[in-house]
Amino acid sequence: MAVSTDNNPRSKRRGAEAPFADQYRDWLRTMLLIRHFEERAGEAYSIGQIGGFCHLYTGQEAVAVGTISALRSDDYIVSAYREHGQALARGMTPNSIMAELFGKATGCSKGKGGSMHLFDFAKGFMGGHGIVGGQIPLGAGFAWAAKYRKTDQVSLTYFGEAAANIGSFHEALNMAGLWKLPAIFVIENNGYGMGTAVKRAAAITDLYLRAASYGMPGVEVDGQDVVAVRQAMDAAVARARAGEGPTLLDIRCFRYVGHSMSDAASGTYRSKEELDASRMRDPIALLEARMRDLDLLDDATLAAMDAEVIAEVAASVVFAEESPDPDPSELWTDVYAPEGQ
Amino acid sequence: MAVITYRDALNQALREEMQRDGDVFLMGEEVAEYNGAYKVSKGLLEEFGPMRVVDTPIAELGFAGIGVGAAMVGLKPVIEMMTWNFALLAIDQIVNAAAKVRYMSGGQIGCPIVVRGPGGAALQLGAQHSQAFESWYAHIPGLKVVMPATPADAKGLLKSAIRDPNPVVFIEGEMLYNLKGEVPEGEYLIPLGKADIKRAGNDVTIICHSKTVAPALNAAKSLADEGIDAEVIDLRTIRPLDEAAILASVAKTHRCVVAEEGWAFAGVGAQVVDLIQREAFNDLDAPVLRVTQADVPMPYNKHLEKAAKADAGKISAAVRRVCYKD
Repeated sequence: MAVSTDNNPRSKRRGAEAPFADQYRDWLRTMLLIRHFEERAGEAYSIGQIGGFCHLYTGQEAVAVGTISALRSDDYIVSAYREHGQALARGMTPNSIMAELFGKATGCSKGKGGSMHLFDFAKGFMGGHGIVGGQIPLGAGFAWAAKYRKTDQVSLTYFGEAAANIGSFHEALNMAGLWKLPAIFVIENNGYGMGTAVKRAAAITDLYLRAASYGMPGVEVDGQDVVAVRQAMDAAVARARAGEGPTLLDIRCFRYVGHSMSDAASGTYRSKEELDASRMRDPIALLEARMRDLDLLDDATLAAMDAEVIAEVAASVVFAEESPDPDPSELWTDVYAPEGQ
Repeated sequence: MAVITYRDALNQALREEMQRDGDVFLMGEEVAEYNGAYKVSKGLLEEFGPMRVVDTPIAELGFAGIGVGAAMVGLKPVIEMMTWNFALLAIDQIVNAAAKVRYMSGGQIGCPIVVRGPGGAALQLGAQHSQAFESWYAHIPGLKVVMPATPADAKGLLKSAIRDPNPVVFIEGEMLYNLKGEVPEGEYLIPLGKADIKRAGNDVTIICHSKTVAPALNAAKSLADEGIDAEVIDLRTIRPLDEAAILASVAKTHRCVVAEEGWAFAGVGAQVVDLIQREAFNDLDAPVLRVTQADVPMPYNKHLEKAAKADAGKISAAVRRVCYKD
């Protein structure tokens, strides 16, 4: 499952990377799917079809795709409230996710979860969780279960850089390190906890350094480069499966939109210049460039791929619009296990 | 039938369930090498080894969450809180994760966890170590809340709690661990959600649970000498509440006192009184009275502490009032 070890997308290593052509195409398609899905979700939110909070993943596509592509189908994933992109990368359908955002009965959580609580147990997608850092001990718990059962499953936990300041991060990483759990902790470090820049919240801003306190490697990763993300993840997965314990990945990325649909992409807490600069290294454009450089992509292929995912996302909106609301009786189900279970 | 302590009854329940089901494990502070802060887990490390009896750092939020995660993927963790006062640090995992995951996931993911440990006041431990939090957890849909008052109930209820597919908050009485009583050996289950008539009577119903059961029974005994025949109902499970048992007793006696260890405001007794006024108003011959802890943090001083706690004398006084004997 190794991918190229060359981080430079402009290098001429066609022969070496050719075997990964299918993988690159899959990644590009998934990243495009996430980008278009989030753009449509933003539109649907703005006209009231999606309620509540809605935290979009736009700009961070390489993180979800690079990490999840390294996992097996029986591994566990848990995340926070900005998880649409990860759910798509895990293979949950745009229909089931868009319908959930619309609160419909056909949604992945039957319309009871919403944007922050996407679940698919069959795919090991153990949910988006809405309390900052609350999911980090859960991820350690899935890893505990894998160790307890002596499977070689791994558990991938996503959280933002702001969650690295909360107690649950330190407690969970300490126990994961102490017990050598097969856990991978991914800081999706987009630089801002809501409107607070890392340097305003963390005494040490290189968050990967914190891994040293918990007996695990901490790795800084370029989150704009899906290949770099995948390489770092491969090493972490190999460690976990070999029983060598957890890894902390500090993946530097950038969200192109506000914290949620309620704040602007730039203006108050970050500048337009900063945002524009980040777009110069767009994760999708970087992968496209790498593929073109290797003669793995041409305009026609890209256009066809783009049209295909746009149609898929459009269909998911129609599916969500046409899906029924949950039956009123669903208000009372799923609070407790059914009797006799 | 063997007479054993409440502590040993809990130990038996844990041992039997761990023998029966390899998915059951115990995790918490000092549960393994130290044999348990209150010795409930004595001998379990020796029998089951360190993967199933797991010492943790002092990090309630973290290890509660690890238990919740393990339960979400099908293991059956028993998480010991050294006291429920410390579990305040873990309440996010119990309330925001364990109680909610089934609903938020549209029924896909359950959480068969038991979080257990001693609750309520002991003797002169001061305000931070003397709190009854059952009404906090009982407030949360998705949780079950169980509080045994006797050794036999402790065993039968803990075994049922471990087998229950829902998250169960199991609050033991810090002052009850040395209480002795007859406990059946082997397979012995008490269903969750069933109250128990600890003493039958015709004149007045005393509703109680956990540490107020013994003083309620003592009160009933002394009231009998005064010609008042009290029925004592031990709730055993706070949520789900055995409403039928409460209403049946009130329909028989027409008078009721609710005694609990916690504070009055928004307490368990408030829920019981709401039920009775709503469903049994016409059965009542007197207002329902409540006996609770004084509405203050628990004082350290011995005399002040006694004054703050619910006891048999206060229960008897309330009974006399609802019987218009005062």
